[in-house]
Amino acid sequence: MLARLGPPAAIAAVILLAPLLFQSGYHFRIGALVWINALAVIGLNVLMGLAGQVSLGHAGFFGIGAYAAAVLPARYGLHPLAATAAGAVLCAAVAFTVGRPILRLKGHYLAVATLGLGMLVAMVLTNEVWLTGGPDGMPAPRPDLGGWRISGPETWYWISGTVLVLGVLLAQNLRISPAGLALGALHDSEVAAGTLGVDVARSKLVAFVVSAVYGSVAGSMLAFLNGHVTPDRAGFLQSIEFVTMAVLGGLGSMIGSVAGAAVLVVIPQVLTFFHEYEHLMLGVLVILIMVLLPSGVVPALSSLLARRRKE
Amino acid sequence: MAEFLQFTSSGLTVGAVYALVALGFTLIFNASGVVNFAQGEFVMLGGMGTVFAAAAGVPLPLAALLAVALAVVAGLLLDGLAIRPARQAGPIVLIIITIGAALVIRGLAQVFFDKEFHKLPGFSGDASIHIGGAAVLPQTFWVLAGTLAIFSGMWWFMTRTMTGKALRATAANRLAAELVGIDTRLVTTLAFAVSAGIGAVAGILITPITLTNYDIGTMLALKAFVASVLGGMGNPIGAVVGGLLLGLLEAFAAGYLSSSYKDAAAIVVLLLVLFAMPSGLFGSKSVERV
Amino acid sequence: MKSECSGSNRGRVLAWVGAVGAVFLAAQPASAADTVKIGASLSITGPASFLGEPEEKTLKIYVDKINAQGGVNGRKLELVVYDDAGDANKARTFATRLVEEDKVVAIVGGSTTGATMAMVPVAEDAKVPFISLAGAIVIVDPVKKFVFKTPHTDRMACEKIFADMKKRGLTKVGIISGTGGFGKSMHDECVKVASTSGVEIVADETYGPKDSDMTPQLTNIKNKAGVQALLNADFGQGPAIVMRNIKQLGITLPVYQSHGVASKSFIDLAGPAAEGVRLPAAALLVADKLPANDPQKPIAVGYAQTYEKETGKPVSTFGGHAYDGLMMLVEAMKRAGSADPVKIRDEIEKTKGFIGTAGMFNMTSTDHMGLDLGAFKMLQIKNGDWTLAD
Repeated sequence: MLARLGPPAAIAAVILLAPLLFQSGYHFRIGALVWINALAVIGLNVLMGLAGQVSLGHAGFFGIGAYAAAVLPARYGLHPLAATAAGAVLCAAVAFTVGRPILRLKGHYLAVATLGLGMLVAMVLTNEVWLTGGPDGMPAPRPDLGGWRISGPETWYWISGTVLVLGVLLAQNLRISPAGLALGALHDSEVAAGTLGVDVARSKLVAFVVSAVYGSVAGSMLAFLNGHVTPDRAGFLQSIEFVTMAVLGGLGSMIGSVAGAAVLVVIPQVLTFFHEYEHLMLGVLVILIMVLLPSGVVPALSSLLARRRKE
Repeated sequence: MAEFLQFTSSGLTVGAVYALVALGFTLIFNASGVVNFAQGEFVMLGGMGTVFAAAAGVPLPLAALLAVALAVVAGLLLDGLAIRPARQAGPIVLIIITIGAALVIRGLAQVFFDKEFHKLPGFSGDASIHIGGAAVLPQTFWVLAGTLAIFSGMWWFMTRTMTGKALRATAANRLAAELVGIDTRLVTTLAFAVSAGIGAVAGILITPITLTNYDIGTMLALKAFVASVLGGMGNPIGAVVGGLLLGLLEAFAAGYLSSSYKDAAAIVVLLLVLFAMPSGLFGSKSVERV
Repeated sequence: MKSECSGSNRGRVLAWVGAVGAVFLAAQPASAADTVKIGASLSITGPASFLGEPEEKTLKIYVDKINAQGGVNGRKLELVVYDDAGDANKARTFATRLVEEDKVVAIVGGSTTGATMAMVPVAEDAKVPFISLAGAIVIVDPVKKFVFKTPHTDRMACEKIFADMKKRGLTKVGIISGTGGFGKSMHDECVKVASTSGVEIVADETYGPKDSDMTPQLTNIKNKAGVQALLNADFGQGPAIVMRNIKQLGITLPVYQSHGVASKSFIDLAGPAAEGVRLPAAALLVADKLPANDPQKPIAVGYAQTYEKETGKPVSTFGGHAYDGLMMLVEAMKRAGSADPVKIRDEIEKTKGFIGTAGMFNMTSTDHMGLDLGAFKMLQIKNGDWTLAD
């Protein structure tokens, strides 16, 4: 029980306590960006960490969620919250439809197929100007809840933080559910899992759909936070960033997902100090983390702490 | 007909570029199982290195050699400083490391070269050659010939030399290769050095057509990754066929369908191929051992 | 995955954590007390770095110059620049940071339209004047209270080009545009104004921002019956490749480019293929060829000489936009006699007869760009250099 509630409680504590250090809306924005990215990464981690399937197209779902939140209210008058739900349903439907054929692929082949999928989404968002505003993007409305206009980084800090904790709780439940246990078995060996009676294809599909929904909701929140969406959010580089966050933080670790997101959101803000050496330094940091902590920041540090305690 | 030939020549030109980059990919993948996302940066170093050495007054052929040497050094450093220390980590961690390395190489290039685009003169001039109504740049033939030469060299090396066989053995099963006395570390280092060299040569060959700047690597690595997977990961024939096919698909889609969705057409074909042949066109089917 | 942390590893981890901590501490900005801060978020790297780089250099050179002359209203300027790499989300974060953390009194920048549009809500909410350096007309149409821009709009470029075509009796146009923000926006504007300008678009092709061969698209335009002129709407290296492909295919139609290629590197990259190309651009590029009585001449020549002396690189209109933005801002600050953002905004809107590198600016409450078509010159590339076409 403690192991189950530990990560969500720890994350909730950080969300509650971090604002004590904040001095401006900028800090709240950075915090909100971390929670939003972390939510998408937790979704990706269900697929990668739990089921062991790589996706280089996760940003496609992020983009669909973001544009659903912008397009549906602006063009079809949907309430932003309904638009968020519609985006999630759409992503689930897309993942469900393409999931079966795509998830038959393995390793690099799966990686490239998902990559292609993400690029298709980004291409539609870039080219269909009448719907999406094209490469320069379009404004996203500020949602309105019973007369209360939800806007400002501080508000979105708390909303995205709450959604993140909910997301972590749900993902935890999934992990210990029969479906989750099946996924874990499949991560270790698909053939063995199949022999033991796990419906391999169905389990993978579940993971894919879940990860898509997480990505979509995160994307919608980003659209509301920014008030503006662009196709870059569905692009290849965004997908790579999500995968990097998941691996840096530690595959399969909830806290790791948050840590990974924090590293890639906060560090570049610090690195502006290095001006033109900024990208160089980011690359060096990524390499250093991976070489020194190959299982990711959180798993590596926690096993280090566990050793300390034993000594 | 003239139209068809023109589209074909465009497709072969672009496809040969992808194939060249994909060949470099293949070697490292075979030796180490690493998908090297910094391969595009080697290509960039080849082009940019030549441009800057030539600008400093070095004669062009020597400038090209210097650029290849620069890329080889970068490849050795990548292996020694980043890949080897993380040897025990899983493939996905190694991919992230190469992404970090790409950032580092690009970051250095941005500071020590510059951020502008540059060109190199065509090896045999820039006047187009007319073949059946299609206008083709002479440099296209250089790129195609380069692809063929590197492919043949790689084929000979992997099937006819002891080192090449050691490399394939390392790829097939690292532990088993070590048990039969193969120095797998050396093999991997060699693969990184040669791949970087191939990448740099590719960069020098394509710059007269594509132009180059510090930032071109990402897109090239992406396309080459897609090409390798389309052809079958790890197979040099697959790399070449996959690259050419991808280029032709893009050119025909741009010419006959819609130029806005030419990349989409290529991706749809890629997905269809993978659904029908989950290991690509020339990939070997691997069986998971329990 | 299970991790094994050996003893030596632990030491390295701790050392590394310490190093990162040190970086954090060192990164705390040291703020000088009595300076006025001006912020900028520019695409210094990434696909639009050819815009952001000259913009950044220009801002730095001129802020130093202004400070050497005693600053503005007796206070020195402090420039805070961030690199958004053309990414709208980053631009948004940096705009928030400029306003909330750095407490700038005004923002210059947003090299691309996408980045600019992401920054607009921040400037509007915080009531900080924001002078964008990006092209598209959506930035100032509809007018946003705190947002201004210095480059000509893409719609003006289309109008100028079509007018020139009509004058030469060219009415059937083939257009090839990039699918990046600039190309797409200009393409759409050109399609909108084509009919009122009396030209007809008979072929319409596109290519991606990183494409390296456009011969299939150009072949289609070439084979289209009746095309009399070719218009390429894009910036960056794409237009240079288009010109090289045009030469490769032996297309002899008159070619028009946009103001997005108004830098020397376009001529260098396209080489002999660029001969004869026409484009609308600010007079800055032909500063030394302007008649002596042109009021713009001293400004344009002065900026071009300063930029080329300080950077050793040829001048482009992109850096010129940053010069115009900064100088207009400084004038407004002087007139306002204060560093209050709202007062500065009011003065920027009252800018009248301000001569910059792009022409004469006359801002009004309904026009936050303030340039007219007359400020645009039609240039032609001859012998590898810019010349006035008429």
